[in-house]
Amino acid sequence: MAKVIIYPINSLILSDLVERFGHKPLAMMEKIKEKVNTVGVDSPPLNITAEEPKMGLKYAAVEVPAGVRGRMAIVGPMIDEAEAAIIVNEASMAFGCMGCARTNELTKYLIRQKEIPILEVEYPRSEEEGKEFVYKIAEFLRSLSTEERS
Amino acid sequence: MSTEKQVKVALVSCGSEYAGVQGELEKVTSSVNAKLVFPEIDIASLDTIGRDFGIEAASPDLRLMMARAQAVVEGIADVDGVFITSCFRCAEAAIVRNEVRRYINKHSNIPVISYSFTERTTAATLMTRMEALTTIARRKHLLAREKQTGLTAGIDSGSTTTKAVIMRDDKIIGQGWVPTIKVIDSATEAFNRALEEAGVKAEDIQAIGTTGYGRFLVGEHFKAQLVQEEITVNSKGAVYLANKQKGSATVIDIGGMDNKAISVEDGIPGMFTMGGICAGASGRFLDMTAKRLGVDITELGALAVKGMQEKVDMNSYCIVFGIQSLVNSLAKGSRPEDVAAAACHSVVEQIFEQQLQEVDVKEPLILVGGSSLIEGVPKALSSLLKIDVLVPPNSHLIGAVGSALLASGFVEG
Repeated sequence: MAKVIIYPINSLILSDLVERFGHKPLAMMEKIKEKVNTVGVDSPPLNITAEEPKMGLKYAAVEVPAGVRGRMAIVGPMIDEAEAAIIVNEASMAFGCMGCARTNELTKYLIRQKEIPILEVEYPRSEEEGKEFVYKIAEFLRSLSTEERS
Repeated sequence: MSTEKQVKVALVSCGSEYAGVQGELEKVTSSVNAKLVFPEIDIASLDTIGRDFGIEAASPDLRLMMARAQAVVEGIADVDGVFITSCFRCAEAAIVRNEVRRYINKHSNIPVISYSFTERTTAATLMTRMEALTTIARRKHLLAREKQTGLTAGIDSGSTTTKAVIMRDDKIIGQGWVPTIKVIDSATEAFNRALEEAGVKAEDIQAIGTTGYGRFLVGEHFKAQLVQEEITVNSKGAVYLANKQKGSATVIDIGGMDNKAISVEDGIPGMFTMGGICAGASGRFLDMTAKRLGVDITELGALAVKGMQEKVDMNSYCIVFGIQSLVNSLAKGSRPEDVAAAACHSVVEQIFEQQLQEVDVKEPLILVGGSSLIEGVPKALSSLLKIDVLVPPNSHLIGAVGSALLASGFVEG
């Protein structure tokens, strides 16, 4: 089982695909759930306090806005943890979206800097492309299992 | 300086030409006998650089910035130094600028400085940084010096205090430390004290080096052989005093008015930043804290070590707000030792937040400057970064020692 970071970081479809192939998806939803379920809500609704932007300084300089650093405080450790990555470019908003273009740029950059298996695919625009898209992801996820065995 | 080779500095920016500062950038580079050049790139690379470099920036000028950085690293542009700059407050540029700086630093040995400008940025603001950049590019042989030879003097004319040392055969034999009032008078007094302690006469000194805010004036007055900005001199002095001249090190210098974070490799600065917004992270803030607590500045450190910073909310982002927090907490009945600890923590927290992202912290971490003598400061820095902080002996004299050390390069010649 590999820890696979997905991009868009909150894509339910990607997260589900990763899980179906026996790997652990590293996705935003779980982290937000942890935050929201933590007892003692200091900063509703997401429970992100002034500490998060400070923690985000590990990934972005102080000049980068607090909202980017706050998001990076959650995304950054997942990138650190990742053993593989799937990046879907030009995805439709419904497929998954971080909402902040600067965070997206930095997230993709930091993933690309890691020396891990990375699959980059374009978001499909037709049924044919859709089949190809799922096939490529499935192959990639299977190859991770093969790598583990060898 | 005019006999030295002109240094070519690559301007890696996203359009400083549009921001009304280009004239100032040209002015500061020409004042240190350098020339700004725009690295040539293949125009087609702009379409692919986002994916090649890794950041698919929305701004085409930021893609140009990445392409220029790539041209520098690949040697397509033949340059001696790189100046990376973008607009202050642009989030996308802040991300790209930081990663471009890391990229050049990782893939080349070319010195780099990074700065975010406003339309009010002047040549004077950039002077120390540009001087340091060109010194690193031009005088590597001088900066490689590890031992002081002969009889030399170093004078550090700082914003708050003036320090002087006399060195002979790799040893400090005299020192003087006085408050800076009139630049020349204070330098003369510090120098005379150092001479007296060393038991030597001014005419016996073979070479003098000056640094600090008043370096030009003091250098001219004493006919110094070396007049050098404090980034290269202080980092040299720090690794020399800490006996860490080989390998990597990080130097943090908390001065009277500003502070510097410098990443050093074999005694030569690589990346560095200068900061100190509103003097909140400076010796001046600690000085004011000591006065308000009614203790001498030399006693503040011992007091801080006994306190718990967590008990006091302190905002020293600006010195005025910092003092306000201090007064409020005392009025609420906080203990002086907790306030002293909070002041030390606040200073190092600001350095951590504002500056340490700009340099890659590599151990050993050497803390120098007058503030390093306040025990609460290294303690707070160590607990914040969770690494050991090294304060070398005579850590307040690094500028003067670095100057005397580098000036000895002029003795043999």
